[in-house]
Amino acid sequence: MKMDRARSDPWQTEEEAESDAVSAVLAGREKHRKNLIPILQEIQHKLGYLSEAAMEAVAEHLSISHSEVYGVASFYNQFRFHPPGKHQIKVCLGTACHVAGGGIILENFERKLGVKAGETTADREFSVERVACVGCCALAPVAVVDEAVEAHIAPSRIEGIFLGFQRQKEQQEKEVREGELSS
Amino acid sequence: MNFHPEKLPQERLAALAEDAKRRLAAKRRADLPRIIIGMATCGLAAGASETRAAFEQALAEQNLEALIIPVGCLGHCYAEPLVVIENPGFPPIAYHSVTPGKAKALVKSFLAEGDPLFEYVLAALEENDLLPSIADFPRFYLEQRVVMEKCGSIDPADLKEYLSRGGYAGLVRVLGLPPGEIVGVLSESGLRGRGGAGFPTGAKWELARKVEGSKKTVICNADEGDPGAYMDRTLLESNPHQLLEGLAICAYSVGAADAVVYVRAEYPLAVKTISRAIAQAEQANLLGKGILGANFDLEVKVFQGSGAFVCGEETALIESLEGKRGMPRFRPPYPVEHGLWGRPTVINNVKTLSTVPAIIEKGAQWFRTIGTPNSPGTAIFSVVGNVTRPGLVEIPMGTTLRTLIFEICGGIPRQKQFKAVQIGGPSGGCLPESLLDTPVDFDSLTRAGAMMGSGGLVVMDEESCMVNVARYFLDFTQNESCGKCTFCRIGTRHLLNILDRITKGEGREGDLELLETLGRDIKEGALCGLGKTAPNPILTSLKYFRSEYEAHIREKRCPSMMCRALTAYYIDPDKCARGCEACVGCCPVDAIFTAKGRKKAIDQGLCVKCGECVVSCPPEYDAVKRVSPAHLAPVVERPK
Ligand SMILES: Cc1cc2nc3c(=O)[nH]c(=O)nc-3n(C[C@H](O)[C@H](O)[C@H](O)COP(=O)(O)O)c2cc1C
Ligand code: FES
Repeated sequence: MKMDRARSDPWQTEEEAESDAVSAVLAGREKHRKNLIPILQEIQHKLGYLSEAAMEAVAEHLSISHSEVYGVASFYNQFRFHPPGKHQIKVCLGTACHVAGGGIILENFERKLGVKAGETTADREFSVERVACVGCCALAPVAVVDEAVEAHIAPSRIEGIFLGFQRQKEQQEKEVREGELSS
Repeated sequence: MNFHPEKLPQERLAALAEDAKRRLAAKRRADLPRIIIGMATCGLAAGASETRAAFEQALAEQNLEALIIPVGCLGHCYAEPLVVIENPGFPPIAYHSVTPGKAKALVKSFLAEGDPLFEYVLAALEENDLLPSIADFPRFYLEQRVVMEKCGSIDPADLKEYLSRGGYAGLVRVLGLPPGEIVGVLSESGLRGRGGAGFPTGAKWELARKVEGSKKTVICNADEGDPGAYMDRTLLESNPHQLLEGLAICAYSVGAADAVVYVRAEYPLAVKTISRAIAQAEQANLLGKGILGANFDLEVKVFQGSGAFVCGEETALIESLEGKRGMPRFRPPYPVEHGLWGRPTVINNVKTLSTVPAIIEKGAQWFRTIGTPNSPGTAIFSVVGNVTRPGLVEIPMGTTLRTLIFEICGGIPRQKQFKAVQIGGPSGGCLPESLLDTPVDFDSLTRAGAMMGSGGLVVMDEESCMVNVARYFLDFTQNESCGKCTFCRIGTRHLLNILDRITKGEGREGDLELLETLGRDIKEGALCGLGKTAPNPILTSLKYFRSEYEAHIREKRCPSMMCRALTAYYIDPDKCARGCEACVGCCPVDAIFTAKGRKKAIDQGLCVKCGECVVSCPPEYDAVKRVSPAHLAPVVERPK
């Protein structure tokens, strides 16, 4: 759901690509206030977050003020105002996970990545979020790493998760290098 | 009613059901074994997709034919991935924790060779001579499934299944009745709203029916904001048509032509399942224009809630549907008079609407035979936390908490003691052992200081700190307070600050009295249910677990050793094994070092108190100790 994957034209800047995506969302939507939240959801689905420019375009489309759009967007937990990392880590802090030590899991991710919940690492590789109940309470504590649910996650498992990503990245780089060599 | 009926709605439904049965039979040959896999969110999290792939692969390898049928959730989350195998010649058998390896073994031994592998069996679903059946297990026989009857036994993606099991019969029945009569049945049944407050559903519908106004709306509240409950999600994921049938009955009874299902965006599978179900029902003319030939139109839309707890409150939900910040409105006027876009609006919870088809079909008197006189019917709880068999449980109202926790869900694991049960999420309360005989119904729970709320139930053992849990809920409600009224916005902030201090060992004399008066004032003064119930977790835990608060304040001690500022870990040198390095490697902050005599010790300045070393220390040494207050831990200097 991130732009760089959707970008077809390599010469287009990220901003341009985002702006095109926003226009496409708006074109399909009636100019009615009731569509505000569905529009924001669709934009976030496409861009991964809500940029300033996107919110301005939405405000213009619906003929409401920019602050009105931001006011609504910031009210809801779903909306993000910064691009998320390539890998998204969601740590559950619902009741069952809290009681089972979810807070400690979150801290471990934060410490490992040097960011706080809601932030993205400087290299845009990882972002960490806290969420409330992903509905697997029987498996608490739970974290969702990209799409996969990590059940009964222990603090020591976190090292392992990053090691996995590290391997994956090295593997990809190796394939790219080999590809370049052979061509 | 239609004046020139080519066919009556009954006949049309009967034709649909016939067709569904025929096509299902054609698709699923009766002589083939069936592998039924629970693939709702919890099943998927436990690895149901991998299990399914393993079955497919093993069948191909063994050159066997079998039907793989994905279903929703049976509610037995402790046993996921849960698989039921119907092998001709055997009773249907449920298997628990079916990993890909077990899946392969089952294909090879059971399907190919006829050995049902007793060691993996949970229970047979029917009485038989071979295996114990579910009738022998309290987790099954103490439950009574009315709303979840078909959950986990039908494919939620296939309307044909619901139709072939008598689905939409309730809708057809009401299409021939005057709306007043249907509402009468609901009132007589005594059904109360399952969204938390327990408002009589018949009375709500009657108000909406009588209101003048041509355009009315019906909303299904599937926002489920309680951060530890997932019944509504399971119902949407496992039997979406039952909900749509209830929604249509409601719309017909009150005279509405528009309906909205308001689902949390955090539930992607539920959104997908219900959207697909709506499309299927429209195509079959069970929704849409001129439903089953009757003079009744209903357009159903899905709206994705954006994750704000307060939007579960009905007026806030309406604000957010109108594209605004989800802040509650003053009531009255109530939504039944002045709701979405000013129109008369009925809002009901998923469980409420999902109960309706059964009441219409089996009658109000039947419904009243279940549960208690003031709370008829069943209650669905998600029982989680420190219990042996967590999951979703549907029980008759009036069952005691003790039966629910100890008999049905198997009690507390690891020989720990029960301490408390938290009911109703952030609006509910913590009840102690002495109240375990409280029957589960709207009035008894409210009397005990908790409430039915969402139906989330978290069981806590002796290692859970009540002050910490109260702080957790306050942190949640404080975060979710919409900020409209002062009592809630500032009051909950103060409550949280005080609890924060107490859990850090900075509590003062007088704090508890302050919590109590402030809590009571917020209950009185807040605008909506969020603020009015936010102090409940504190007030109940203060009432039942006061000594824990006092230990935090006076002795700076957390009796359950959960509050991290008040606890410390140390390694007992008499027990630590020379040269064992197990704890060193697992410490995420390198706080463990080798002290005199090659024994390990913990650097208290670095320790983050995650408890990993306790887990990693081999049980035969059991050398890592936890103490509270923190200063009791002996200090060992790190060698330079
Ligand atoms: C803070 C707050 C949160 C609520 N959350 C929910 C919810 O998640 N789901 C729900 O059905 N009702 C929720 N309610 C209750 C609704 O306001 C409303 O009473 C209910 O949807 C009515 O349906 P019922 O009559 O079927 O229970 C909430 C109420 C409050 C005050
Ligand atoms: S509390 Fe974490 S999954 Fe429910």
